[in-house]
Amino acid sequence: MTPGPMTPAHDMDGGGMAGHCAARQGAGGHAPFTLWRRRRDGLPGFGVGLSLTLGWLGVLVILPLLALLARPWAQGVGSGLGAFAHIVHDGRMLAALRVSFVSALVAAALDVVAGVVIAWGLVRVRVPGWRVIDALVELPFALPTAVVGITMATLYGPHGWVGAPLSHLGMKVAFTPLGIVVALMFVGLPFVVRTVVPVLRALPPEAEEVARTLGATRAQVVARVVMPALYPALLTAFAMAFARGVGEYGSVIFIAGNQPYHTEIAPLLIVIRLQEYDTQGASLIGLVLVAIAMASLGVIAWVRRHVGRGGAGGAI
Amino acid sequence: MNGRVGRWGFAALVWGMVGMMVVLPPVMVFAGALSHGLRAAWDGLCDPDALSAIRLTLLITALAVAINSFFGVMAAWTLTRFSFPGRGLAIVLVELPLSVSPVVGGLVWLLVFGTQGWWGAALERWGYPVMFAPPGILLATLFVTFPYVTRTMMPMLRHMGRAQEEAAVMLGAGMWRVLWHVTLPGARAALLSGVLMTTARAMGEFGAVSVVSGHIPGLTETMPLHIETLYNGYQTVAAFAMAALLALMAMGVVAVRGLVERTALRMGKIA
Repeated sequence: MTPGPMTPAHDMDGGGMAGHCAARQGAGGHAPFTLWRRRRDGLPGFGVGLSLTLGWLGVLVILPLLALLARPWAQGVGSGLGAFAHIVHDGRMLAALRVSFVSALVAAALDVVAGVVIAWGLVRVRVPGWRVIDALVELPFALPTAVVGITMATLYGPHGWVGAPLSHLGMKVAFTPLGIVVALMFVGLPFVVRTVVPVLRALPPEAEEVARTLGATRAQVVARVVMPALYPALLTAFAMAFARGVGEYGSVIFIAGNQPYHTEIAPLLIVIRLQEYDTQGASLIGLVLVAIAMASLGVIAWVRRHVGRGGAGGAI
Repeated sequence: MNGRVGRWGFAALVWGMVGMMVVLPPVMVFAGALSHGLRAAWDGLCDPDALSAIRLTLLITALAVAINSFFGVMAAWTLTRFSFPGRGLAIVLVELPLSVSPVVGGLVWLLVFGTQGWWGAALERWGYPVMFAPPGILLATLFVTFPYVTRTMMPMLRHMGRAQEEAAVMLGAGMWRVLWHVTLPGARAALLSGVLMTTARAMGEFGAVSVVSGHIPGLTETMPLHIETLYNGYQTVAAFAMAALLALMAMGVVAVRGLVERTALRMGKIA
């Protein structure tokens, strides 16, 4: 895979090593202060570029995140610690975090299954009209979350195209946890397809054919040949879909029903706490969500660094 | 696959999944908008509050795209061309807004500029309220669209390498000339892709903007927020009309982006 614009999300950090090593070598044997001058590496504009980058990053990301990190300690360290200790006793907050966490987990897992089937149909089977599917899969990226939200609520509502037949069968989707999962699946699906398709393309079908000629059953081929090559991509896609799902707001609140302890998601509880002027409570939920997001990013980075270098190669 | 039947069965499965999961919702948007005829949908869009929401969304999107594109290019260039202590951390921080909940993207600004925040009270005393006003909406949009240009540009810049830029410097070009005449033309497709991604996301942002907007119809409501107001007020047709317009705009932008990427890929393969 060329690191062309088709795979923009991948390899944010991979190639940085070369420049880094060059700088190290160039700096070797110089006095400590020339270390900084050496890092210009022959191109002008390091000072300007760095100040613009840090200024932009500082104002738009670091400053607001510091405000979030500092908020629990605004009334002193003791009350901050008390607030964190209180999380464990705030049943509604825990319930909301659990609803977001579990439904994001379930939706991401279902997305991985559906995404692999669709990717397989696109790359290996080349089902009729696969080019159309290739383009259609982008749709969830294109639909704004509020649009997704009201659409899903109507579609799966008691009088909707899908909701009405299902309610005849005695199944309720809208205003239940299932509704949350359905909305999150829509939002998360493209992450899986877009991550798996390039890896599947890079995996030569010959490997599977060879395994078949050597006597492997189809199940063995999938388990021993395809899955090992695919699973770093699946893990990355799962983490991406999960991270997106945990924080998702607009596409969920219309279909969720928003009953406290039952179908109230964590981001919505932030909004409710803010409306109650409970900035502290809102910030605590926000901090937990940021921590979950960082953990998901950590998983993705780990996969890229340790697993991705192996068989599945540069596509991750 | 197991012969013709298996092949067609699998195709039906894939198409069924795509149809159910991906195609049905967008179709529903337009069906909902046109359920009472084109006229009713059009009337919904001509409401003064709706027009004001469209105007505000276009303004915020233009500003957010301009600001984040300029700084995004500078960051991508700096982060790929130079190595400095903390570079890895900077890359992580650039990516962070993508995985953080949009609601958090609004909350953080409330903590800085809200009445209970760091500087909110002071700014309000001077007569410059940021929260529940368009500047706050812009800040929230800037936060959530922050990474797109940088993360599409970085792999491309790394792929291009620095040889051409160094040659331009040897020939006497300064930093801005190198950027304008060497770097940007080479990374044109990646830049355009990132800018379009930023545009699509900025137009449709809901969670972050919802926290900082105050929901004042005609003043601080963007298109997504107006959709919510209409939907919760049981003006379903108007809500879906607005949703259809917003979906068309965003889908148009994303379609152009797909075209750009496909063209770039094809040209890259020829070269």
